[in-house]
Amino acid sequence: MNRKVVIIIDGQKITAREGEKLLWVALENKVYIPHLCAVKEQERPTAGCRLCFVEIEGTCNPVTACTQPVKAGMTVKTRTPAVDRLVRTAFELLLSEHRLNCGECPKNGSCELQKIARERGLKLNLHRLKPLSKKVIIDDSPRSFAFDAGRCVLCGRCVWADHRIAGVGAIGFSRRGIHRRITTFADRELAQSPCTECGLCVEACPVGALYFKKN
Amino acid sequence: MEGKKETISNYVCEILKNYSVERRNLLPVLREVQEKLGYLPVRAMEKVAEALGIPTVDVYGAATFFNLFRLSPPGKHQIKVCMGTACFMAGGQIALDSFERRLDVRTGETTPDGEFSLEEVACVGCCSLAPVVVVDDFVEGNVTPTRVDGILLSWDIGKKKQREQD
Repeated sequence: MNRKVVIIIDGQKITAREGEKLLWVALENKVYIPHLCAVKEQERPTAGCRLCFVEIEGTCNPVTACTQPVKAGMTVKTRTPAVDRLVRTAFELLLSEHRLNCGECPKNGSCELQKIARERGLKLNLHRLKPLSKKVIIDDSPRSFAFDAGRCVLCGRCVWADHRIAGVGAIGFSRRGIHRRITTFADRELAQSPCTECGLCVEACPVGALYFKKN
Repeated sequence: MEGKKETISNYVCEILKNYSVERRNLLPVLREVQEKLGYLPVRAMEKVAEALGIPTVDVYGAATFFNLFRLSPPGKHQIKVCMGTACFMAGGQIALDSFERRLDVRTGETTPDGEFSLEEVACVGCCSLAPVVVVDDFVEGNVTPTRVDGILLSWDIGKKKQREQD
C-alpha cells in the first residue's frame, strides 16, 4: 500500500503512494481536476458528481479520478475531448439544479462551481437544459447559519461532515431521483433536529447552499 | 394518542428483538414494521434508529428512498394511478393531478379523514384502457378529470346510501 510509484499526469512525472486515489495525488501536485462530491477520508467514494473524469492510457473510457487507485506506470491525461465532453455535460446538469443568482449569493467569489467554470472554460449558464424549477425554500431556523435548498447540488459533503466529522447525524439525503434533497429527520426545521450548530457542514459546502448568517 | 404511541413502540420493540444491532438490518426491520403497522410512523422510525445505533435521518433517508415504504397510514380506500408508459402518454399525470386537487393531498398521502390514500403505480397491465386508475381492486379505464369527479362522487353516494340503510 505504501510503496512509492511513479506515474505521469499530463506529461508531468509524479511520485505517489500506490493505492492512493488519483484525484488527491493530482491535486496535491497542483494538477487541477474538477470535483465536488469527493472527500479524501472516504473509503468508498460516492463518485456522484461525475466531474473528475480523466483518461488513463490503456483503458477505453474515461474514469473518475476519485475512485481510481494509483498504480505504477500509469499515464493519465486530465484534458481530452472525451473528458471535456463528459465534464461539460455533468457540469450543465448540476447547474440546471442550482439556482443561479451569483450576485446575491454569499459564496460569490469562493464558489466551487465558479472555480470549475473558470478552470475549464465553462459557462455559468444553461445551453441545452432548462433550469429545474425549484421553489425557494430557505431554512433559516438555526441561529448562526441557513440552508437554501435551491442552491444545493447534492454533493453530500455536508452529510459527511455532519455524520463523520461532527458525529451528530442531523442532516442526510432523503427521497430519490429528481426529488432527492438534503433534509433533517421527517423534514423538520434544522432548529428542531439534533443539530448542534457546530458549523462544520457549512464549512464543507462548496456552493452557497449552507451559509453563515451575516451578523 | 399517547396510548397509540405506546403501542407503536411496543410493536417495534417486539420486532427489534429478532435482530442484532447492525446497520444492515435496517431494511428488514423497516419492512417488518410496515407489515405490522401498515406504514412507518415517525415514532417507529425513531425507535428503529435508536435500536440500531444510527442517526434518525438515515432511517428517514431509506424510508423515503424506497417506493415500498409509506410514511402515512393507508386510507380505507386506496387510489392507485397508473404511471406506466401507456397511461403516462395518455394523460395519467392529469388524472393524478385531478385526484391531488380534489382530495387535497399529495401523492403518497392520505386524506385527513382517513378515507382515501393516493398512490402512483407502474403499469397495472391493461394499457388499452389508459389512463388507468385502480380504486381498491376495481379498475377504472379512460380516466379523465371528469371521470375523477365521477369516481369520487360515486364513493360519496355509496357511503350515503350505506348510512341510510344503517
